[in-house]
Amino acid sequence: MREQRYHQIKAVMARLRLDSAARLVVLVDKDGQQIAVHGELGELDTTSLASLVAGNVAATGGMAKLIGEREFPTLSHEGERESIHISVIGRVLLVVVFDDRSSLGLVKLRSKQISQELAAAFAEIERDSEFATDALPFDEITDEEIDSLFSQT
Amino acid sequence: MTFINYASREINCKIVYYGPGLCGKTTNLQYIYDSTATQAKGKLISLATESDRTLFFDFMPLELGTVRGFKTRFHLYTVPGQVFYEASRKLILKGVDGVVFVADSQEERMDANLESLYNLEENLRSYGYDLLKIPYVLQLNKRDLPNVIPTNDLTVELQRKGEPVIEAIASSGQGVFDTLKAVAKQVLTELRRS
Repeated sequence: MREQRYHQIKAVMARLRLDSAARLVVLVDKDGQQIAVHGELGELDTTSLASLVAGNVAATGGMAKLIGEREFPTLSHEGERESIHISVIGRVLLVVVFDDRSSLGLVKLRSKQISQELAAAFAEIERDSEFATDALPFDEITDEEIDSLFSQT
Repeated sequence: MTFINYASREINCKIVYYGPGLCGKTTNLQYIYDSTATQAKGKLISLATESDRTLFFDFMPLELGTVRGFKTRFHLYTVPGQVFYEASRKLILKGVDGVVFVADSQEERMDANLESLYNLEENLRSYGYDLLKIPYVLQLNKRDLPNVIPTNDLTVELQRKGEPVIEAIASSGQGVFDTLKAVAKQVLTELRRS
Protein backbone atom coordinates (compact mmCIF):
# COMPACT_ATOMS: atom_id res chain seq x y z
CA MET A 1 0.00 0.00 0.00
CA ARG A 2 1.39 3.37 -1.05
CA GLU A 3 1.68 6.43 1.16
CA GLN A 4 -0.98 8.47 -0.63
CA ARG A 5 -3.60 5.72 -0.35
CA TYR A 6 -2.66 5.13 3.27
CA HIS A 7 -3.38 8.75 4.13
CA GLN A 8 -6.61 8.65 2.14
CA ILE A 9 -7.75 5.63 4.15
CA LYS A 10 -6.65 7.15 7.45
CA ALA A 11 -8.76 10.22 6.65
CA VAL A 12 -11.83 8.04 6.07
CA MET A 13 -11.17 6.25 9.37
CA ALA A 14 -10.82 9.56 11.21
CA ARG A 15 -14.19 10.70 9.82
CA LEU A 16 -15.84 7.43 10.86
CA ARG A 17 -14.43 7.70 14.35
CA LEU A 18 -15.75 11.21 14.74
CA ASP A 19 -19.18 10.52 13.22
CA SER A 20 -19.72 7.39 15.29
CA ALA A 21 -18.24 8.83 18.53
CA ALA A 22 -16.01 5.74 18.68
CA ARG A 23 -12.89 5.17 20.71
CA LEU A 24 -10.90 3.49 17.99
CA VAL A 25 -11.14 2.38 14.36
CA VAL A 26 -8.90 -0.40 13.04
CA LEU A 27 -8.57 -1.90 9.57
CA VAL A 28 -7.41 -5.48 9.40
CA ASP A 29 -7.02 -7.83 6.48
CA LYS A 30 -8.70 -11.23 6.58
CA ASP A 31 -5.35 -12.92 7.25
CA GLY A 32 -5.02 -11.02 10.54
CA GLN A 33 -2.58 -8.30 9.49
CA GLN A 34 -3.26 -4.82 10.81
CA ILE A 35 -3.51 -2.31 7.96
CA ALA A 36 -4.19 0.97 9.78
CA VAL A 37 -5.41 2.24 13.13
CA HIS A 38 -6.90 5.55 14.24
CA GLY A 39 -8.07 6.74 17.65
CA GLU A 40 -7.42 6.32 21.37
CA LEU A 41 -4.94 3.48 21.49
CA GLY A 42 -4.03 3.57 25.17
CA GLU A 43 -2.45 0.28 26.17
CA LEU A 44 -4.43 -1.69 23.61
CA ASP A 45 -2.42 -4.37 21.80
CA THR A 46 -3.77 -3.83 18.29
CA THR A 47 -1.58 -6.56 16.75
CA SER A 48 -3.28 -9.18 18.91
CA LEU A 49 -6.66 -7.53 18.34
CA ALA A 50 -6.12 -7.79 14.56
CA SER A 51 -5.27 -11.47 14.77
CA LEU A 52 -8.25 -12.27 17.01
CA VAL A 53 -10.67 -10.26 14.85
CA ALA A 54 -9.53 -12.20 11.78
CA GLY A 55 -9.90 -15.48 13.69
CA ASN A 56 -13.34 -14.42 14.87
CA VAL A 57 -14.50 -13.51 11.36
CA ALA A 58 -13.00 -16.72 9.94
CA ALA A 59 -14.80 -18.81 12.57
CA THR A 60 -18.18 -17.13 12.09
CA GLY A 61 -17.65 -17.31 8.31
CA GLY A 62 -17.18 -21.06 8.74
CA MET A 63 -20.42 -21.23 10.73
CA ALA A 64 -22.20 -19.23 8.01
CA LYS A 65 -21.15 -21.73 5.36
CA LEU A 66 -22.33 -24.64 7.51
CA ILE A 67 -25.86 -23.21 7.58
CA GLY A 68 -25.82 -22.26 3.89
CA GLU A 69 -24.89 -18.57 4.10
CA ARG A 70 -21.95 -17.08 2.20
CA GLU A 71 -20.74 -15.08 5.20
CA PHE A 72 -22.00 -12.87 8.02
CA PRO A 73 -21.22 -9.32 6.85
CA THR A 74 -21.21 -7.77 10.33
CA LEU A 75 -20.40 -8.97 13.85
CA SER A 76 -20.98 -7.19 17.14
CA HIS A 77 -19.79 -7.93 20.65
CA GLU A 78 -21.25 -5.84 23.44
CA GLY A 79 -19.51 -5.64 26.80
CA GLU A 80 -20.38 -3.83 30.01
CA ARG A 81 -18.32 -0.79 29.07
CA GLU A 82 -16.48 -1.47 25.80
CA SER A 83 -17.93 -2.97 22.64
CA ILE A 84 -16.70 -4.00 19.21
CA HIS A 85 -18.39 -3.85 15.83
CA ILE A 86 -16.82 -5.57 12.81
CA SER A 87 -17.85 -5.13 9.17
CA VAL A 88 -16.55 -7.40 6.43
CA ILE A 89 -15.65 -5.31 3.35
CA GLY A 90 -14.27 -7.73 0.78
CA ARG A 91 -10.83 -8.82 2.00
CA VAL A 92 -10.77 -6.13 4.66
CA LEU A 93 -12.33 -5.99 8.13
CA LEU A 94 -13.42 -2.66 9.56
CA VAL A 95 -13.28 -2.77 13.35
CA VAL A 96 -14.85 -0.08 15.53
CA VAL A 97 -14.19 -0.10 19.28
CA PHE A 98 -16.63 2.07 21.22
CA ASP A 99 -17.87 2.73 24.74
CA ASP A 100 -20.96 4.36 26.27
CA ARG A 101 -20.22 7.64 24.51
CA SER A 102 -21.70 5.93 21.45
CA SER A 103 -24.21 3.16 20.68
CA LEU A 104 -24.30 0.03 18.55
CA GLY A 105 -27.00 1.53 16.32
CA LEU A 106 -24.92 4.61 15.54
CA VAL A 107 -21.74 2.61 14.93
CA LYS A 108 -23.60 0.19 12.63
CA LEU A 109 -25.12 3.04 10.66
CA ARG A 110 -21.86 4.99 10.24
CA SER A 111 -19.86 1.86 9.41
CA LYS A 112 -22.35 0.94 6.72
CA GLN A 113 -22.30 4.44 5.28
CA ILE A 114 -18.53 4.40 4.97
CA SER A 115 -18.15 0.82 3.74
CA GLN A 116 -18.60 1.66 0.07
CA GLU A 117 -16.01 4.39 0.24
CA LEU A 118 -13.50 2.03 1.81
CA ALA A 119 -14.35 -0.74 -0.68
CA ALA A 120 -13.63 1.70 -3.53
CA ALA A 121 -10.33 2.78 -1.93
CA PHE A 122 -9.21 -0.84 -1.54
CA ALA A 123 -10.20 -1.62 -5.13
CA GLU A 124 -7.87 1.25 -6.13
CA ILE A 125 -5.09 -0.21 -3.97
CA GLU A 126 -5.47 -3.56 -5.73
CA ARG A 127 -5.31 -1.83 -9.08
CA ASP A 128 -2.21 0.07 -7.91
CA SER A 129 -0.44 -3.14 -6.97
CA GLU A 130 -1.34 -4.79 -10.30
CA PHE A 131 0.37 -2.01 -12.17
CA ALA A 132 3.18 -1.45 -9.70
CA THR A 133 6.45 -1.35 -11.56
CA ASP A 134 8.85 -0.21 -8.90
CA ALA A 135 11.12 -2.83 -7.38
CA LEU A 136 10.33 -4.43 -4.06
CA PRO A 137 12.78 -3.59 -1.29
CA PHE A 138 13.63 -7.28 -1.09
CA ASP A 139 14.62 -7.79 -4.70
CA GLU A 140 18.30 -7.73 -3.93
CA ILE A 141 18.35 -8.83 -0.32
CA THR A 142 21.43 -10.87 0.48
CA ASP A 143 21.78 -14.01 2.59
CA GLU A 144 23.94 -12.00 5.01
CA GLU A 145 21.13 -9.48 5.51
CA ILE A 146 18.67 -12.29 6.26
CA ASP A 147 21.11 -13.83 8.75
CA SER A 148 21.72 -10.51 10.44
CA LEU A 149 17.97 -10.12 11.13
CA PHE A 150 18.26 -12.93 13.64
CA SER A 151 21.26 -11.48 15.38
CA GLN A 152 19.24 -8.29 16.02
CA THR A 153 16.62 -10.22 18.03
CA MET B 1 0.10 -13.47 1.89
CA THR B 2 2.96 -11.20 2.87
CA PHE B 3 1.70 -7.73 3.69
CA ILE B 4 4.01 -4.87 2.77
CA ASN B 5 3.00 -1.45 4.06
CA TYR B 6 5.11 1.16 2.29
CA ALA B 7 3.62 4.00 4.32
CA SER B 8 4.65 2.62 7.70
CA ARG B 9 7.61 0.73 6.13
CA GLU B 10 6.62 -2.62 7.58
CA ILE B 11 6.57 -6.11 6.24
CA ASN B 12 4.46 -8.77 7.93
CA CYS B 13 4.71 -12.50 7.25
CA LYS B 14 2.57 -15.34 8.60
CA ILE B 15 4.19 -18.58 9.74
CA VAL B 16 2.04 -21.53 10.83
CA TYR B 17 3.20 -24.42 13.03
CA TYR B 18 1.31 -27.55 11.99
CA GLY B 19 1.36 -31.13 13.28
CA PRO B 20 -0.52 -33.81 15.18
CA GLY B 21 -1.97 -33.32 18.67
CA LEU B 22 0.58 -32.97 21.49
CA CYS B 23 3.56 -32.83 19.09
CA GLY B 24 4.85 -29.59 20.66
CA LYS B 25 3.62 -26.74 18.44
CA THR B 26 2.57 -24.57 21.37
CA THR B 27 5.79 -25.50 23.20
CA ASN B 28 7.79 -24.13 20.24
CA LEU B 29 5.94 -20.82 20.46
CA GLN B 30 6.19 -20.72 24.24
CA TYR B 31 9.97 -21.20 24.06
CA ILE B 32 10.35 -18.46 21.43
CA TYR B 33 8.20 -16.18 23.57
CA ASP B 34 10.15 -16.89 26.77
CA SER B 35 13.54 -16.35 25.17
CA THR B 36 12.86 -13.23 23.11
CA ALA B 37 13.61 -9.71 24.33
CA THR B 38 10.48 -7.84 25.46
CA GLN B 39 10.78 -5.13 22.81
CA ALA B 40 10.86 -7.73 20.01
CA LYS B 41 7.62 -9.50 20.88
CA GLY B 42 3.97 -8.84 21.47
CA LYS B 43 1.65 -10.87 23.68
CA LEU B 44 1.38 -14.63 23.32
CA ILE B 45 -2.31 -15.27 22.78
CA SER B 46 -3.44 -18.85 23.47
CA LEU B 47 -6.98 -19.84 22.67
CA ALA B 48 -6.92 -23.10 24.60
CA THR B 49 -9.32 -25.42 26.41
CA GLU B 50 -9.37 -25.67 30.19
CA SER B 51 -6.98 -28.59 29.92
CA ASP B 52 -4.50 -26.44 27.95
CA ARG B 53 -5.11 -28.06 24.60
CA THR B 54 -5.15 -25.58 21.70
CA LEU B 55 -8.77 -24.87 20.81
CA PHE B 56 -8.38 -22.43 17.94
CA PHE B 57 -4.84 -21.07 17.72
CA ASP B 58 -1.85 -19.60 19.54
CA PHE B 59 -0.47 -16.38 18.19
CA MET B 60 2.59 -14.29 18.80
CA PRO B 61 4.03 -11.40 16.80
CA LEU B 62 7.82 -11.34 16.61
CA GLU B 63 9.79 -8.38 15.34
CA LEU B 64 13.07 -9.51 13.85
CA GLY B 65 14.66 -6.22 12.95
CA THR B 66 15.06 -3.95 9.97
CA VAL B 67 16.10 -4.87 6.49
CA ARG B 68 16.43 -2.26 3.74
CA GLY B 69 14.61 0.21 6.01
CA PHE B 70 11.62 -2.08 6.47
CA LYS B 71 10.60 -3.41 9.88
CA THR B 72 10.28 -7.17 9.52
CA ARG B 73 7.59 -8.78 11.60
CA PHE B 74 6.67 -12.45 11.73
CA HIS B 75 3.26 -13.52 12.97
CA LEU B 76 3.60 -17.00 14.41
CA TYR B 77 0.51 -19.20 14.67
CA THR B 78 -0.14 -22.76 15.78
CA VAL B 79 -3.13 -24.86 14.77
CA PRO B 80 -5.11 -27.17 17.04
CA GLY B 81 -3.66 -30.63 16.46
CA GLN B 82 -6.56 -32.76 17.55
CA VAL B 83 -8.28 -34.41 14.60
CA PHE B 84 -11.80 -33.16 15.40
CA TYR B 85 -10.77 -29.48 15.21
CA GLU B 86 -10.39 -29.79 11.45
CA ALA B 87 -12.67 -26.85 10.58
CA SER B 88 -10.78 -24.33 12.72
CA ARG B 89 -7.37 -25.79 11.82
CA LYS B 90 -8.02 -25.13 8.15
CA LEU B 91 -8.94 -21.49 8.82
CA ILE B 92 -5.53 -20.71 10.30
CA LEU B 93 -3.73 -21.65 7.08
CA LYS B 94 -5.42 -18.85 5.17
CA GLY B 95 -2.83 -16.36 3.92
CA VAL B 96 0.11 -18.40 5.19
CA ASP B 97 3.64 -17.50 4.01
CA GLY B 98 5.54 -20.40 5.54
CA VAL B 99 4.79 -23.66 7.35
CA VAL B 100 6.67 -25.61 10.02
CA PHE B 101 5.56 -29.21 10.36
CA VAL B 102 6.29 -30.38 13.91
CA ALA B 103 6.54 -34.17 13.89
CA ASP B 104 6.39 -36.22 17.09
CA SER B 105 9.39 -38.57 16.93
CA GLN B 106 7.84 -41.26 19.13
CA GLU B 107 7.17 -44.56 17.41
CA GLU B 108 3.51 -44.71 18.45
CA ARG B 109 2.84 -41.26 16.91
CA MET B 110 4.04 -42.14 13.41
CA ASP B 111 0.53 -42.71 12.05
CA ALA B 112 -0.62 -39.42 13.59
CA ASN B 113 2.31 -37.63 11.88
CA LEU B 114 1.42 -39.09 8.50
CA GLU B 115 -2.27 -38.30 8.90
CA SER B 116 -1.51 -34.71 9.91
CA LEU B 117 0.95 -34.23 7.04
CA TYR B 118 -1.62 -35.53 4.56
CA ASN B 119 -4.19 -33.22 6.14
CA LEU B 120 -1.79 -30.26 5.76
CA GLU B 121 -1.31 -30.95 2.06
CA GLU B 122 -5.08 -31.23 1.56
CA ASN B 123 -5.85 -28.03 3.44
CA LEU B 124 -3.14 -26.08 1.64
CA ARG B 125 -4.50 -27.31 -1.67
CA SER B 126 -7.98 -26.06 -0.76
CA TYR B 127 -6.52 -22.52 -0.62
CA GLY B 128 -4.61 -23.02 -3.87
CA TYR B 129 -1.21 -23.53 -2.21
CA ASP B 130 1.16 -26.38 -3.02
CA LEU B 131 3.29 -27.77 -0.19
CA LEU B 132 6.02 -28.41 -2.75
CA LYS B 133 6.19 -24.70 -3.57
CA ILE B 134 5.75 -22.84 -0.27
CA PRO B 135 8.46 -22.16 2.35
CA TYR B 136 8.46 -25.26 4.53
CA VAL B 137 10.52 -26.86 7.30
CA LEU B 138 10.22 -30.28 8.94
CA GLN B 139 10.99 -30.36 12.65
CA LEU B 140 11.53 -33.74 14.33
CA ASN B 141 10.55 -33.00 17.90
CA LYS B 142 10.89 -34.87 21.21
CA ARG B 143 14.31 -36.34 20.35
CA ASP B 144 14.99 -36.77 24.07
CA LEU B 145 12.31 -39.41 24.60
CA PRO B 146 13.30 -43.11 24.86
CA ASN B 147 11.09 -44.62 22.15
CA VAL B 148 11.94 -42.38 19.20
CA ILE B 149 12.30 -43.49 15.58
CA PRO B 150 15.81 -42.89 14.15
CA THR B 151 16.11 -39.54 12.37
CA ASN B 152 16.90 -41.10 9.00
CA ASP B 153 13.80 -43.30 9.06
CA LEU B 154 11.57 -40.36 10.04
CA THR B 155 13.09 -38.24 7.31
CA VAL B 156 12.44 -40.91 4.69
CA GLU B 157 8.80 -41.14 5.79
CA LEU B 158 8.02 -37.46 6.28
CA GLN B 159 10.29 -35.34 4.10
CA ARG B 160 8.40 -34.11 1.05
CA LYS B 161 10.76 -32.05 -1.07
CA GLY B 162 14.23 -31.79 0.37
CA GLU B 163 13.11 -29.24 2.94
CA PRO B 164 15.36 -28.55 5.95
CA VAL B 165 14.94 -31.23 8.61
CA ILE B 166 15.69 -30.06 12.14
CA GLU B 167 15.94 -32.24 15.23
CA ALA B 168 14.43 -30.61 18.27
CA ILE B 169 13.57 -30.85 21.92
CA ALA B 170 11.13 -27.96 22.06
CA SER B 171 10.66 -28.18 25.82
CA SER B 172 14.33 -27.28 26.36
CA GLY B 173 14.57 -25.08 23.28
CA GLN B 174 16.90 -27.26 21.28
CA GLY B 175 16.30 -26.71 17.56
CA VAL B 176 13.47 -24.21 18.13
CA PHE B 177 15.25 -21.10 16.81
CA ASP B 178 17.01 -23.11 14.09
CA THR B 179 13.56 -24.13 12.85
CA LEU B 180 12.21 -20.59 12.91
CA LYS B 181 15.29 -19.23 11.21
CA ALA B 182 15.11 -21.89 8.47
CA VAL B 183 11.50 -21.07 7.61
CA ALA B 184 11.92 -17.28 7.95
CA LYS B 185 14.88 -17.39 5.61
CA GLN B 186 12.84 -19.21 2.99
CA VAL B 187 9.97 -16.74 3.35
CA LEU B 188 12.30 -13.76 2.84
CA THR B 189 14.09 -15.48 -0.02
CA GLU B 190 10.71 -16.13 -1.62
CA LEU B 191 9.99 -12.38 -1.41
CA ARG B 192 13.19 -11.72 -3.26
CA ARG B 193 12.11 -14.11 -6.00
CA SER B 194 8.61 -12.70 -6.34
